[in-house]
Amino acid sequence: MADFALELLNLTCTFRSRQPGLPAYTAVADTSLCIRAGEFVSVVGPTGCGKSTLLNIGAGLLAPTAGEVRVFGERLSGINRRAGYMFQSDALMPWRSALDNVMLGLQYRGLPDSQARAQAQAWLERVGLGDFGDRFPHQLSGGMRKRTALAQTLALDPDIILMDEPFSALDIQTRQLMEDEVLALWAAKRKAVLFITHDLDEAIAMSDRVVVLSAGPATHPIGEFTIDLPRPRHVAEVRSEPRFVELHSQIWSVLREEVLKGYQQQLSKAA
Amino acid sequence: MNFWQRIRPQDGNLLPWQLGVLLVFLGVWQLASRDAQLAFFLGEPVQVAGRIWSWFLPWSVAPNALFPDGLAGMADIYRHLGVTLLETFLAFGIGTLLGLVFGLWLALAPLASAILDPYIKAANAMPRVILAPIFAMWFGLGIWSKVALAVTLVFFIVFFNVYQGVREVSPVVLANARMLGASHRQLLRTVYLPSATAWVFSSLHTSVGLAFVGAVVGEYLGSARGVGYLILQAEGTFDVNTVFAGIVVLTAFALLLDGLVGRIERRLMKWQPRQGETDRL
Repeated sequence: MADFALELLNLTCTFRSRQPGLPAYTAVADTSLCIRAGEFVSVVGPTGCGKSTLLNIGAGLLAPTAGEVRVFGERLSGINRRAGYMFQSDALMPWRSALDNVMLGLQYRGLPDSQARAQAQAWLERVGLGDFGDRFPHQLSGGMRKRTALAQTLALDPDIILMDEPFSALDIQTRQLMEDEVLALWAAKRKAVLFITHDLDEAIAMSDRVVVLSAGPATHPIGEFTIDLPRPRHVAEVRSEPRFVELHSQIWSVLREEVLKGYQQQLSKAA
Repeated sequence: MNFWQRIRPQDGNLLPWQLGVLLVFLGVWQLASRDAQLAFFLGEPVQVAGRIWSWFLPWSVAPNALFPDGLAGMADIYRHLGVTLLETFLAFGIGTLLGLVFGLWLALAPLASAILDPYIKAANAMPRVILAPIFAMWFGLGIWSKVALAVTLVFFIVFFNVYQGVREVSPVVLANARMLGASHRQLLRTVYLPSATAWVFSSLHTSVGLAFVGAVVGEYLGSARGVGYLILQAEGTFDVNTVFAGIVVLTAFALLLDGLVGRIERRLMKWQPRQGETDRL
Protein backbone atom coordinates (compact mmCIF):
# COMPACT_ATOMS: atom_id res chain seq x y z
CA MET A 1 0.00 0.00 0.00
CA ALA A 2 2.78 2.38 0.93
CA ASP A 3 3.92 2.71 -2.68
CA PHE A 4 1.19 5.26 -3.12
CA ALA A 5 2.49 8.70 -2.31
CA LEU A 6 -0.90 10.36 -2.17
CA GLU A 7 -4.29 8.71 -1.93
CA LEU A 8 -7.50 10.68 -2.11
CA LEU A 9 -10.19 8.23 -1.04
CA ASN A 10 -13.94 8.74 -1.62
CA LEU A 11 -13.68 12.48 -1.17
CA THR A 12 -16.74 14.66 -1.00
CA CYS A 13 -16.48 18.36 -0.44
CA THR A 14 -19.57 20.47 0.17
CA PHE A 15 -19.49 24.23 0.66
CA ARG A 16 -22.19 25.78 2.75
CA SER A 17 -23.53 28.94 1.21
CA ARG A 18 -22.84 32.13 3.20
CA GLN A 19 -26.24 33.55 2.38
CA PRO A 20 -28.97 31.62 4.20
CA GLY A 21 -31.58 30.14 1.90
CA LEU A 22 -29.23 29.28 -0.94
CA PRO A 23 -28.50 25.59 -1.32
CA ALA A 24 -25.15 24.11 -0.36
CA TYR A 25 -22.74 23.52 -3.22
CA THR A 26 -21.07 20.17 -3.65
CA ALA A 27 -17.84 20.79 -5.51
CA VAL A 28 -16.43 17.28 -5.43
CA ALA A 29 -18.45 14.09 -4.99
CA ASP A 30 -17.13 10.65 -4.15
CA THR A 31 -13.81 11.02 -5.88
CA SER A 32 -10.87 8.72 -5.49
CA LEU A 33 -7.45 9.35 -6.95
CA CYS A 34 -4.19 7.63 -6.11
CA ILE A 35 -0.73 8.69 -7.14
CA ARG A 36 2.24 6.38 -6.91
CA ALA A 37 5.59 7.59 -5.70
CA GLY A 38 7.42 9.06 -8.65
CA GLU A 39 4.35 9.22 -10.86
CA PHE A 40 3.30 12.30 -12.83
CA VAL A 41 -0.49 12.53 -12.89
CA SER A 42 -2.46 15.28 -14.58
CA VAL A 43 -6.06 16.12 -13.87
CA VAL A 44 -8.00 17.86 -16.63
CA GLY A 45 -11.55 19.10 -16.57
CA PRO A 46 -13.72 21.99 -17.64
CA THR A 47 -13.39 25.36 -15.90
CA GLY A 48 -14.89 25.60 -12.46
CA CYS A 49 -15.17 21.85 -11.99
CA GLY A 50 -13.47 21.68 -8.61
CA LYS A 51 -9.96 20.75 -9.70
CA SER A 52 -8.42 23.23 -7.30
CA THR A 53 -10.64 22.00 -4.50
CA LEU A 54 -9.22 18.54 -5.01
CA LEU A 55 -5.69 19.88 -4.87
CA ASN A 56 -6.33 21.96 -1.76
CA ILE A 57 -7.67 18.87 -0.03
CA GLY A 58 -4.55 16.97 -1.01
CA ALA A 59 -2.44 19.81 0.38
CA GLY A 60 -4.34 19.80 3.65
CA LEU A 61 -5.40 23.43 3.19
CA LEU A 62 -9.02 22.29 3.02
CA ALA A 63 -10.66 19.50 5.01
CA PRO A 64 -13.00 17.25 2.99
CA THR A 65 -16.61 16.88 4.11
CA ALA A 66 -16.28 13.12 3.77
CA GLY A 67 -13.56 10.71 2.76
CA GLU A 68 -9.95 10.68 3.69
CA VAL A 69 -6.50 11.58 2.43
CA ARG A 70 -3.55 9.30 2.95
CA VAL A 71 0.04 10.39 2.52
CA PHE A 72 2.44 7.48 2.13
CA GLY A 73 -0.15 5.31 3.86
CA GLU A 74 -0.71 7.65 6.77
CA ARG A 75 -3.91 9.52 7.34
CA LEU A 76 -3.51 13.25 6.76
CA SER A 77 -4.70 15.81 9.27
CA GLY A 78 -3.72 19.45 8.94
CA ILE A 79 -1.17 20.66 6.41
CA ASN A 80 0.46 18.04 4.23
CA ARG A 81 4.09 18.42 5.31
CA ARG A 82 5.46 16.17 2.59
CA ALA A 83 3.92 18.17 -0.23
CA GLY A 84 5.04 21.29 -2.05
CA TYR A 85 2.36 23.42 -3.68
CA MET A 86 2.77 25.62 -6.70
CA PHE A 87 -0.09 28.04 -6.99
CA GLN A 88 -1.87 29.33 -10.04
CA SER A 89 -1.50 32.98 -9.09
CA ASP A 90 1.50 34.80 -7.67
CA ALA A 91 2.31 33.47 -4.24
CA LEU A 92 5.66 35.17 -3.73
CA MET A 93 5.93 37.71 -0.95
CA PRO A 94 6.26 41.08 -2.66
CA TRP A 95 8.39 42.46 0.21
CA ARG A 96 11.05 39.77 -0.09
CA SER A 97 13.64 39.52 -2.83
CA ALA A 98 13.70 36.42 -5.03
CA LEU A 99 16.45 34.85 -2.93
CA ASP A 100 14.67 35.63 0.34
CA ASN A 101 11.51 34.11 -1.08
CA VAL A 102 13.27 30.90 -2.05
CA MET A 103 14.90 30.55 1.37
CA LEU A 104 11.59 31.15 3.16
CA GLY A 105 10.67 27.48 3.60
CA LEU A 106 14.19 26.62 4.72
CA GLN A 107 14.04 29.40 7.33
CA TYR A 108 10.69 28.08 8.55
CA ARG A 109 12.40 24.75 9.09
CA GLY A 110 14.92 26.44 11.34
CA LEU A 111 17.94 26.23 9.06
CA PRO A 112 20.59 28.85 9.88
CA ASP A 113 20.36 31.81 7.49
CA SER A 114 23.76 31.23 5.88
CA GLN A 115 22.92 27.63 4.97
CA ALA A 116 19.42 28.54 3.81
CA ARG A 117 20.88 31.30 1.66
CA ALA A 118 23.41 28.98 0.02
CA GLN A 119 20.78 26.35 -0.76
CA ALA A 120 18.37 28.95 -2.07
CA GLN A 121 21.05 30.41 -4.31
CA ALA A 122 21.76 26.92 -5.70
CA TRP A 123 18.07 26.48 -6.49
CA LEU A 124 17.84 29.87 -8.13
CA GLU A 125 20.76 28.88 -10.34
CA ARG A 126 19.05 25.60 -11.19
CA VAL A 127 16.02 27.49 -12.52
CA GLY A 128 18.28 29.91 -14.39
CA LEU A 129 17.91 32.92 -12.10
CA GLY A 130 21.29 32.89 -10.37
CA ASP A 131 21.88 36.58 -11.03
CA PHE A 132 18.42 37.74 -10.07
CA GLY A 133 18.39 36.86 -6.37
CA ASP A 134 18.30 40.46 -5.22
CA ARG A 135 15.35 41.45 -7.39
CA PHE A 136 11.93 41.97 -5.89
CA PRO A 137 9.00 40.12 -7.46
CA HIS A 138 7.66 43.23 -9.15
CA GLN A 139 11.00 43.61 -10.91
CA LEU A 140 10.76 40.13 -12.44
CA SER A 141 8.78 39.04 -15.48
CA GLY A 142 5.87 36.61 -15.16
CA GLY A 143 8.04 33.70 -16.25
CA MET A 144 10.81 34.62 -13.82
CA ARG A 145 8.31 34.83 -10.99
CA LYS A 146 7.12 31.33 -11.86
CA ARG A 147 10.69 30.06 -11.84
CA THR A 148 11.23 31.64 -8.45
CA ALA A 149 8.05 30.02 -7.17
CA LEU A 150 9.25 26.69 -8.58
CA ALA A 151 12.60 27.07 -6.80
CA GLN A 152 10.76 28.04 -3.62
CA THR A 153 8.65 24.89 -3.76
CA LEU A 154 11.44 22.52 -4.75
CA ALA A 155 13.98 23.92 -2.26
CA LEU A 156 12.19 21.99 0.48
CA ASP A 157 12.64 18.77 -1.51
CA PRO A 158 9.00 17.66 -1.10
CA ASP A 159 8.04 14.05 -1.89
CA ILE A 160 4.80 15.17 -3.47
CA ILE A 161 4.46 18.19 -5.73
CA LEU A 162 1.05 19.72 -6.25
CA MET A 163 0.66 22.12 -9.14
CA ASP A 164 -2.43 24.17 -9.84
CA GLU A 165 -2.35 25.40 -13.44
CA PRO A 166 1.05 26.90 -12.67
CA PHE A 167 1.75 28.07 -16.21
CA SER A 168 -1.70 29.25 -17.28
CA ALA A 169 -0.72 32.92 -17.04
CA LEU A 170 2.38 32.57 -19.21
CA ASP A 171 2.72 33.10 -22.93
CA ILE A 172 3.05 29.99 -25.05
CA GLN A 173 6.83 30.07 -25.62
CA THR A 174 7.70 30.71 -21.97
CA ARG A 175 5.21 28.06 -21.07
CA GLN A 176 6.77 25.34 -23.20
CA LEU A 177 10.19 26.27 -21.89
CA MET A 178 9.02 25.97 -18.30
CA GLU A 179 7.20 22.70 -19.01
CA ASP A 180 10.42 21.21 -20.33
CA GLU A 181 12.32 22.48 -17.31
CA VAL A 182 9.82 21.00 -14.90
CA LEU A 183 10.02 17.69 -16.75
CA ALA A 184 13.82 17.71 -16.54
CA LEU A 185 13.78 18.53 -12.82
CA TRP A 186 11.15 15.87 -12.24
CA ALA A 187 13.09 13.26 -14.20
CA ALA A 188 16.14 13.90 -12.01
CA LYS A 189 14.32 13.48 -8.70
CA ARG A 190 11.24 11.39 -9.61
CA LYS A 191 8.77 12.86 -7.16
CA ALA A 192 5.06 12.23 -7.22
CA VAL A 193 3.34 15.06 -9.08
CA LEU A 194 -0.32 15.96 -9.14
CA PHE A 195 -0.71 18.49 -11.93
CA ILE A 196 -3.96 20.36 -12.49
CA THR A 197 -4.59 21.95 -15.85
CA HIS A 198 -7.33 22.75 -18.30
CA ASP A 199 -4.92 22.36 -21.19
CA LEU A 200 -5.15 18.83 -22.57
CA ASP A 201 -1.97 19.21 -24.68
CA GLU A 202 0.02 20.13 -21.62
CA ALA A 203 -1.48 17.25 -19.63
CA ILE A 204 -0.63 14.60 -22.24
CA ALA A 205 2.81 15.96 -23.00
CA MET A 206 3.92 15.91 -19.38
CA SER A 207 2.15 13.05 -17.62
CA ASP A 208 2.24 9.32 -17.05
CA ARG A 209 -1.48 9.34 -16.50
CA VAL A 210 -4.30 11.76 -17.30
CA VAL A 211 -7.52 11.80 -15.28
CA VAL A 212 -10.58 13.51 -16.74
CA LEU A 213 -13.04 15.10 -14.36
CA SER A 214 -16.71 15.72 -15.06
CA ALA A 215 -18.22 19.19 -15.12
CA GLY A 216 -19.27 20.53 -11.71
CA PRO A 217 -21.13 20.47 -9.42
CA ALA A 218 -20.42 17.10 -7.83
CA THR A 219 -17.31 16.54 -9.90
CA HIS A 220 -16.00 13.01 -10.18
CA PRO A 221 -13.49 11.26 -12.44
CA ILE A 222 -15.01 9.94 -15.66
CA GLY A 223 -11.97 8.66 -17.46
CA GLU A 224 -8.39 7.66 -16.90
CA PHE A 225 -5.74 7.34 -19.59
CA THR A 226 -2.23 5.98 -19.35
CA ILE A 227 0.16 8.00 -21.47
CA ASP A 228 2.67 5.56 -22.91
CA LEU A 229 4.76 8.06 -24.82
CA PRO A 230 8.48 7.44 -24.37
CA ARG A 231 10.55 9.71 -22.13
CA PRO A 232 12.42 12.00 -22.08
CA ARG A 233 9.93 14.16 -23.89
CA HIS A 234 10.04 17.65 -25.27
CA VAL A 235 6.64 19.19 -25.04
CA ALA A 236 6.87 21.00 -28.37
CA GLU A 237 8.04 17.93 -30.29
CA VAL A 238 5.91 15.27 -28.67
CA ARG A 239 2.79 16.99 -29.93
CA SER A 240 3.41 15.89 -33.50
CA GLU A 241 3.81 12.19 -32.73
CA PRO A 242 1.00 9.95 -34.03
CA ARG A 243 0.52 8.33 -30.61
CA PHE A 244 0.06 11.79 -29.07
CA VAL A 245 -2.60 12.67 -31.63
CA GLU A 246 -4.34 9.37 -31.03
CA LEU A 247 -4.40 9.85 -27.25
CA HIS A 248 -5.48 13.42 -27.67
CA SER A 249 -8.53 12.49 -29.72
CA GLN A 250 -9.40 9.67 -27.32
CA ILE A 251 -9.31 11.90 -24.27
CA TRP A 252 -10.90 14.83 -26.04
CA SER A 253 -13.93 12.71 -27.00
CA VAL A 254 -14.54 12.18 -23.27
CA LEU A 255 -13.66 15.71 -22.24
CA ARG A 256 -15.59 17.52 -24.98
CA GLU A 257 -19.02 16.74 -23.65
CA GLU A 258 -18.03 17.87 -20.16
CA VAL A 259 -16.60 21.10 -21.46
CA LEU A 260 -19.87 21.82 -23.28
CA LYS A 261 -21.85 20.91 -20.17
CA GLY A 262 -19.67 23.21 -18.06
CA TYR A 263 -20.15 26.01 -20.56
CA GLN A 264 -23.93 25.57 -20.54
CA GLN A 265 -23.92 25.75 -16.75
CA GLN A 266 -21.95 28.96 -16.82
CA LEU A 267 -24.40 30.44 -19.30
CA SER A 268 -27.42 29.51 -17.19
CA LYS A 269 -25.69 30.79 -14.04
CA ALA A 270 -25.03 34.12 -15.70
CA ALA A 271 -28.59 34.40 -16.98
CA MET B 1 6.19 88.22 -27.96
CA ASN B 2 9.44 86.37 -28.31
CA PHE B 3 10.39 87.34 -24.78
CA TRP B 4 7.08 86.00 -23.44
CA GLN B 5 7.61 82.75 -25.30
CA ARG B 6 10.78 82.28 -23.34
CA ILE B 7 9.49 83.06 -19.85
CA ARG B 8 5.95 81.72 -20.03
CA PRO B 9 5.25 78.92 -17.50
CA GLN B 10 6.49 75.56 -18.71
CA ASP B 11 8.15 72.47 -17.27
CA GLY B 12 11.60 74.02 -17.17
CA ASN B 13 10.93 77.19 -15.20
CA LEU B 14 8.44 76.10 -12.56
CA LEU B 15 10.71 77.13 -9.67
CA PRO B 16 11.02 80.80 -10.71
CA TRP B 17 7.29 80.96 -11.17
CA GLN B 18 6.67 79.33 -7.79
CA LEU B 19 9.00 81.88 -6.17
CA GLY B 20 7.25 84.61 -8.14
CA VAL B 21 3.89 83.66 -6.65
CA LEU B 22 5.42 83.89 -3.15
CA LEU B 23 6.98 87.28 -3.87
CA VAL B 24 3.76 88.72 -5.29
CA PHE B 25 1.86 87.43 -2.26
CA LEU B 26 4.37 88.94 0.17
CA GLY B 27 4.47 92.20 -1.79
CA VAL B 28 0.69 92.63 -1.74
CA TRP B 29 0.67 91.75 1.94
CA GLN B 30 3.41 94.28 2.70
CA LEU B 31 1.60 97.01 0.72
CA ALA B 32 -1.68 96.27 2.46
CA SER B 33 0.00 96.48 5.85
CA ARG B 34 1.00 100.12 5.27
CA ASP B 35 -2.48 100.88 6.50
CA ALA B 36 -2.01 100.84 10.30
CA GLN B 37 -5.45 99.41 11.01
CA LEU B 38 -5.01 96.55 8.53
CA ALA B 39 -1.53 95.93 9.89
CA PHE B 40 -3.02 95.41 13.34
CA PHE B 41 -5.03 92.45 12.05
CA LEU B 42 -2.87 91.17 9.20
CA GLY B 43 0.62 91.78 10.53
CA GLU B 44 3.55 92.85 8.41
CA PRO B 45 5.76 90.43 6.48
CA VAL B 46 8.94 92.34 7.29
CA GLN B 47 8.14 92.29 11.00
CA VAL B 48 7.28 88.60 10.80
CA ALA B 49 10.67 87.97 9.22
CA GLY B 50 12.31 90.04 11.93
CA ARG B 51 10.55 87.98 14.60
CA ILE B 52 11.84 84.76 13.05
CA TRP B 53 15.35 86.25 12.92
CA SER B 54 15.27 87.03 16.65
CA TRP B 55 13.93 83.56 17.42
CA PHE B 56 16.55 81.65 15.54
CA LEU B 57 19.72 83.77 15.37
CA PRO B 58 21.98 85.03 18.15
CA TRP B 59 23.08 88.20 16.26
CA SER B 60 21.43 91.54 16.99
CA VAL B 61 20.73 94.06 14.23
CA ALA B 62 21.21 97.78 14.83
CA PRO B 63 18.21 100.11 14.24
CA ASN B 64 17.73 100.83 10.53
CA ALA B 65 15.07 101.92 8.05
CA LEU B 66 13.19 98.59 8.10
CA PHE B 67 13.49 97.97 11.83
CA PRO B 68 13.48 101.34 13.64
CA ASP B 69 13.93 99.60 16.99
CA GLY B 70 16.60 97.22 15.73
CA LEU B 71 16.41 93.42 16.19
CA ALA B 72 17.42 91.52 19.27
CA GLY B 73 19.25 88.27 18.53
CA MET B 74 17.62 86.13 21.17
CA ALA B 75 17.92 82.64 19.62
CA ASP B 76 15.36 81.54 22.20
CA ILE B 77 12.96 79.42 20.15
CA TYR B 78 15.00 76.23 20.29
CA ARG B 79 13.74 75.29 23.73
CA HIS B 80 10.13 75.63 22.57
CA LEU B 81 10.70 74.00 19.23
CA GLY B 82 12.53 71.13 20.94
CA VAL B 83 9.59 70.54 23.27
CA THR B 84 7.10 70.56 20.40
CA LEU B 85 9.19 68.17 18.32
CA LEU B 86 9.79 65.90 21.31
CA GLU B 87 6.04 65.71 21.88
CA THR B 88 5.52 64.99 18.20
CA PHE B 89 8.03 62.15 18.09
CA LEU B 90 6.86 60.62 21.36
CA ALA B 91 3.24 60.75 20.23
CA PHE B 92 4.15 59.36 16.85
CA GLY B 93 6.16 56.48 18.31
CA ILE B 94 3.70 55.53 21.03
CA GLY B 95 0.67 55.96 18.78
CA THR B 96 2.18 53.86 15.99
CA LEU B 97 3.24 51.09 18.36
CA LEU B 98 -0.17 50.94 20.04
CA GLY B 99 -1.96 51.06 16.70
CA LEU B 100 0.22 48.25 15.36
CA VAL B 101 -0.32 46.00 18.36
CA PHE B 102 -4.06 46.59 18.60
CA GLY B 103 -4.54 46.40 14.85
CA LEU B 104 -2.74 43.07 14.63
CA TRP B 105 -4.57 41.70 17.64
CA LEU B 106 -8.06 42.66 16.50
CA ALA B 107 -7.50 41.63 12.91
CA LEU B 108 -6.38 38.17 14.02
CA ALA B 109 -9.13 37.79 16.64
CA PRO B 110 -12.38 38.19 14.70
CA LEU B 111 -14.57 37.59 17.75
CA ALA B 112 -12.91 40.32 19.81
CA SER B 113 -13.13 42.72 16.91
CA ALA B 114 -16.82 41.92 16.42
CA ILE B 115 -17.49 42.68 20.09
CA LEU B 116 -15.46 45.88 20.17
CA ASP B 117 -16.56 47.12 16.75
CA PRO B 118 -19.18 49.70 17.87
CA TYR B 119 -16.83 51.15 20.50
CA ILE B 120 -13.98 51.51 18.03
CA LYS B 121 -16.32 53.27 15.62
CA ALA B 122 -17.53 55.57 18.40
CA ALA B 123 -14.01 56.36 19.59
CA ASN B 124 -12.98 57.19 16.06
CA ALA B 125 -16.03 59.36 15.40
CA MET B 126 -15.55 61.37 18.61
CA PRO B 127 -13.90 64.78 18.06
CA ARG B 128 -10.80 63.87 20.04
CA VAL B 129 -9.48 67.41 20.50
CA ILE B 130 -12.18 67.64 23.15
CA LEU B 131 -10.13 65.22 25.24
CA ALA B 132 -7.43 67.85 25.74
CA PRO B 133 -8.92 69.31 28.99
CA ILE B 134 -9.25 65.81 30.42
CA PHE B 135 -5.66 64.96 29.54
CA ALA B 136 -4.57 68.27 31.09
CA MET B 137 -6.30 67.19 34.29
CA TRP B 138 -4.80 63.71 34.22
CA PHE B 139 -1.28 64.46 33.10
CA GLY B 140 -0.82 68.11 34.12
CA LEU B 141 0.42 70.92 31.92
CA GLY B 142 3.76 69.26 31.05
CA ILE B 143 4.48 67.47 27.81
CA TRP B 144 2.56 64.27 28.61
CA SER B 145 -0.90 65.79 28.23
CA LYS B 146 0.09 66.91 24.71
CA VAL B 147 1.60 63.54 23.90
CA ALA B 148 -1.60 61.86 25.04
CA LEU B 149 -3.73 64.08 22.82
CA ALA B 150 -1.53 63.49 19.79
CA VAL B 151 -1.43 59.74 20.50
CA THR B 152 -5.21 59.56 20.23
CA LEU B 153 -4.96 61.17 16.81
CA VAL B 154 -2.12 58.95 15.55
CA PHE B 155 -3.42 55.73 17.07
CA PHE B 156 -6.59 55.49 15.03
CA ILE B 157 -4.91 56.22 11.72
CA VAL B 158 -2.33 53.47 12.28
CA PHE B 159 -4.83 51.13 13.88
CA PHE B 160 -7.26 51.20 10.97
CA ASN B 161 -4.48 50.84 8.43
CA VAL B 162 -2.96 47.82 10.19
CA TYR B 163 -6.38 46.28 10.62
CA GLN B 164 -7.05 46.73 6.93
CA GLY B 165 -3.57 45.53 6.00
CA VAL B 166 -3.87 42.27 7.90
CA ARG B 167 -7.32 41.60 6.52
CA GLU B 168 -6.14 42.13 2.98
CA VAL B 169 -3.16 39.82 3.12
CA SER B 170 -3.35 37.85 -0.10
CA PRO B 171 -4.90 34.45 0.70
CA VAL B 172 -2.54 32.85 -1.79
CA VAL B 173 0.56 34.26 -0.08
CA LEU B 174 -0.85 33.04 3.22
CA ALA B 175 -1.62 29.56 1.88
CA ASN B 176 1.84 29.43 0.32
CA ALA B 177 3.52 30.30 3.63
CA ARG B 178 1.50 27.61 5.37
CA MET B 179 2.46 25.04 2.73
CA LEU B 180 6.11 26.00 3.20
CA GLY B 181 5.68 25.03 6.83
CA ALA B 182 5.20 28.31 8.69
CA SER B 183 4.07 28.05 12.31
CA HIS B 184 1.59 30.58 13.73
CA ARG B 185 4.44 32.67 15.07
CA GLN B 186 6.31 32.57 11.77
CA LEU B 187 3.15 33.54 9.90
CA LEU B 188 2.81 36.58 12.15
CA ARG B 189 6.43 37.58 11.67
CA THR B 190 6.85 36.88 7.96
CA VAL B 191 3.39 37.52 6.53
CA TYR B 192 1.11 39.61 8.72
CA LEU B 193 3.69 42.03 10.11
CA PRO B 194 5.38 42.99 6.80
CA SER B 195 2.00 43.31 5.14
CA ALA B 196 0.74 45.53 7.95
CA THR B 197 3.94 47.60 7.87
CA ALA B 198 3.30 48.43 4.26
CA TRP B 199 -0.03 49.90 5.25
CA VAL B 200 1.48 51.75 8.20
CA PHE B 201 3.95 53.38 5.85
CA SER B 202 1.23 54.43 3.48
CA SER B 203 -0.37 56.27 6.41
CA LEU B 204 2.90 57.67 7.76
CA HIS B 205 2.55 61.07 6.13
CA THR B 206 -0.88 61.55 7.63
CA SER B 207 0.09 60.29 11.06
CA VAL B 208 3.25 62.40 11.40
CA GLY B 209 1.24 65.44 10.40
CA LEU B 210 -1.43 64.62 12.94
CA ALA B 211 1.13 64.02 15.69
CA PHE B 212 2.40 67.53 15.04
CA VAL B 213 -1.12 68.97 15.02
CA GLY B 214 -1.92 67.18 18.29
CA ALA B 215 1.20 68.51 19.97
CA VAL B 216 0.63 72.11 18.89
CA VAL B 217 -3.10 72.13 19.67
CA GLY B 218 -2.34 70.62 23.07
CA GLU B 219 0.16 73.38 23.78
CA TYR B 220 -2.23 76.02 22.56
CA LEU B 221 -4.89 74.84 25.01
CA GLY B 222 -2.61 75.11 28.01
CA SER B 223 1.11 74.79 28.51
CA ALA B 224 4.26 76.50 29.69
CA ARG B 225 6.48 75.67 26.73
CA GLY B 226 6.34 74.88 23.02
CA VAL B 227 5.59 76.73 19.81
CA GLY B 228 1.87 76.51 20.52
CA TYR B 229 2.57 78.25 23.83
CA LEU B 230 4.46 81.05 22.04
CA ILE B 231 1.50 81.60 19.74
CA LEU B 232 -0.89 81.61 22.68
CA GLN B 233 1.24 84.20 24.51
CA ALA B 234 1.48 86.42 21.43
CA GLU B 235 -2.24 86.25 20.90
CA GLY B 236 -2.76 87.41 24.48
CA THR B 237 -0.86 90.63 23.73
CA PHE B 238 -2.39 91.13 20.26
CA ASP B 239 1.07 90.60 18.76
CA VAL B 240 -0.17 89.38 15.39
CA ASN B 241 3.32 89.37 13.84
CA THR B 242 4.53 86.79 16.34
CA VAL B 243 1.43 84.66 15.70
CA PHE B 244 2.21 84.68 11.99
CA ALA B 245 5.88 83.97 12.67
CA GLY B 246 4.81 80.95 14.75
CA ILE B 247 2.61 79.75 11.90
CA VAL B 248 5.48 80.09 9.41
CA VAL B 249 7.86 78.14 11.68
CA LEU B 250 5.29 75.39 12.24
CA THR B 251 4.60 75.10 8.52
CA ALA B 252 8.30 74.88 7.72
CA PHE B 253 8.83 72.11 10.26
CA ALA B 254 5.73 70.22 9.12
CA LEU B 255 7.20 70.25 5.60
CA LEU B 256 10.55 69.10 6.99
CA LEU B 257 8.97 66.18 8.86
CA ASP B 258 7.02 65.22 5.76
CA GLY B 259 10.21 65.21 3.69
CA LEU B 260 11.94 63.08 6.32
CA VAL B 261 9.11 60.55 6.23
CA GLY B 262 9.28 60.52 2.45
CA ARG B 263 12.97 59.62 2.57
CA ILE B 264 12.50 56.85 5.12
CA GLU B 265 9.59 55.52 3.11
CA ARG B 266 11.61 55.40 -0.09
CA ARG B 267 14.39 53.54 1.66
CA LEU B 268 12.23 50.95 3.42
CA MET B 269 9.57 50.43 0.79
CA LYS B 270 11.83 49.77 -2.15
CA TRP B 271 10.10 46.45 -2.75
CA GLN B 272 6.95 48.27 -3.81
CA PRO B 273 6.52 48.99 -7.48
CA ARG B 274 6.57 52.71 -8.13
CA GLN B 275 5.05 54.22 -11.18
CA GLY B 276 7.39 54.12 -14.12
CA GLU B 277 10.03 52.01 -12.39
CA THR B 278 9.06 48.80 -14.14
CA ASP B 279 9.51 50.54 -17.46
CA ARG B 280 12.99 51.67 -16.60
CA LEU B 281 14.30 48.28 -15.52
